[in-house]
Amino acid sequence: MTKYIAQRLLMMIPVMLGVTLIVYTLLYITPGDPVDIILGDDATPEAAEKLREELGLNAGYVERFFIYVKKLLQGDLGICYATKQPVATRIAQTFPNSLKLAGWSMLIATALGLFLGIISAVKQYSLFDSIAMVFAMIGNAMPNFWQGLLLMLLFALRLKWLPASGFTSWKHMILPALTIGTSAAAAIARMTRSSMLEVIRQDYIITARAKGQNEYKITVNHALKNALIPVVTTIGIQFGRLLGGAVLTESIFAVPGVGKMMVDAIKARNHPVVQGGVLMIALTFSLVNLLVDILYAYIDPRIRSQYK
Amino acid sequence: MDNKVIESNIDNVVVQVGTQKIKKRSQLAEVWRRFRRNKSALVGMTMFLILVFAAIFADVISPYDPLEQNYSIRLQPPSAEHWFGTDELGRDILSRIIYGARISLTVGLIAVSVSCAAGCALGAIAGYYGGKFDNIIMRFIDIIMAIPAILLNISIVAALGNGLQNVMIAIGISSVAGYCRIMRASVLSIKEQEFVEASRAAGASDFYIIMQHILPNSLAPLIIQATLRLGGAILSCASMSFIGLGIIPPTPEWGAMLSTGRDFLRNAPHVTTFPGIAIMYAVFAMNLMGDGLRDALDPKLKD
Repeated sequence: MTKYIAQRLLMMIPVMLGVTLIVYTLLYITPGDPVDIILGDDATPEAAEKLREELGLNAGYVERFFIYVKKLLQGDLGICYATKQPVATRIAQTFPNSLKLAGWSMLIATALGLFLGIISAVKQYSLFDSIAMVFAMIGNAMPNFWQGLLLMLLFALRLKWLPASGFTSWKHMILPALTIGTSAAAAIARMTRSSMLEVIRQDYIITARAKGQNEYKITVNHALKNALIPVVTTIGIQFGRLLGGAVLTESIFAVPGVGKMMVDAIKARNHPVVQGGVLMIALTFSLVNLLVDILYAYIDPRIRSQYK
Repeated sequence: MDNKVIESNIDNVVVQVGTQKIKKRSQLAEVWRRFRRNKSALVGMTMFLILVFAAIFADVISPYDPLEQNYSIRLQPPSAEHWFGTDELGRDILSRIIYGARISLTVGLIAVSVSCAAGCALGAIAGYYGGKFDNIIMRFIDIIMAIPAILLNISIVAALGNGLQNVMIAIGISSVAGYCRIMRASVLSIKEQEFVEASRAAGASDFYIIMQHILPNSLAPLIIQATLRLGGAILSCASMSFIGLGIIPPTPEWGAMLSTGRDFLRNAPHVTTFPGIAIMYAVFAMNLMGDGLRDALDPKLKD
């Protein structure tokens, strides 16, 4: 298993290089000269040329990529065009906020999703099942950003219970975490329910029941453990969506996270920040994926045996 | 007496031929029968058909021109003349929502079909052949997966420019990974089962095994994914337009409408409410339909 994890970590290096290349290429073909954006319209051609040279924008596609990767390997992500700070510093300022938000959202999503999904499957076609599934359907169908706006309208503008924007206290976290968490919870609940229903019909569950095993043990030990694999996949996928969903939610609630930083940067053609931000999120997401795969092995002995 | 025996034999033959005929088309009929019995699936399908109808006949059923501005009736709440009210430029919101169905459905259907076909092919090859194929395909998928869809979407649209076609390309590329992983996972779990081994022992080709045994057995998760992605693609399109990278005003796109309505949230919440409901309606319809199809297609739930 340790060997497997080490292998996966090593494999992450080409993936990150691939991400760097894709984002670099996308930014390269993006129309609009960053120099014009930094200097404004009334800059002299000389000043523009000087800055272009300074930023290394005169080199070709391949050369610039290699320069970027070389600097990247030395831990240099470039300089933010807007604040003139190193991109690494900007990420260090914003990333903890995003991580905190993602953590809380994921906690809400997993707890709520598993709870609703399991009970719905065990009590299939009951009133609870119907209500939970309608909730899951609505949660899944509702656009995150609209839900965010509605929560803001209700709790911040009308009731004035919670702040509408910013990120200075735990109160600021509630609305964005709820906005992001509920749609992920809905997806997890749906997957848990359908996966549990599939497992519950298997022969070994009937056997366990015939042996007189109590329902709680059947649900937890026999059904849930086997139903968890697709659920864990969903949770992993949801985490990625959640990091993405944070992009919109952070913008709506003015949370100073990586997502908001990047949307602003994409609009302002602030390329080093976009590149660094995507790389950071991609790295986080890949680590989560690895964690999901390790979890598979932990849950399913059949998969575990493949690693030995 | 003899005649009677012969007659009854003939009857049997006819009946047998009849049963065989029924059996030949029973797969689809059976699925449809089960789908039809599922009330929520029927509701979903009806909702979806209404949407399709609205999209096709938008010119006929829209009460007003979706782009016609009238400053004297700005931000009016719903009334008998304007059922969903008017927006900040005095345009009829109902008409804009009806036309918006066209855009959302186009984006959803095209983006999903393309990414589903590509993702399934990649996933089947990776899972079935394993080894080098698996490694190359899955590393590519890892790269795509490592970038959250919305970020990849907005990066692609920022590079290619705003507009319907580029939005579909972006969503298509960023959702390939989901199908590929699901297909690969299904193949991995199915290819070791006895019936596949039996088929291989009987001399079936790889292509035959994938198409005849593995694909039908992977359909349920793929259909859930495809219908969820259909809704998801509509959501992605709306999200992109919401942050101003996607389909931009004055095109009547639901996400873009929500975005401009944001500034009037406190005093004219109807400007954001109706596009929000429209997005939810579309996604909800597709989710209901997807669930119904899943139940109808999943042989394990057969009674």
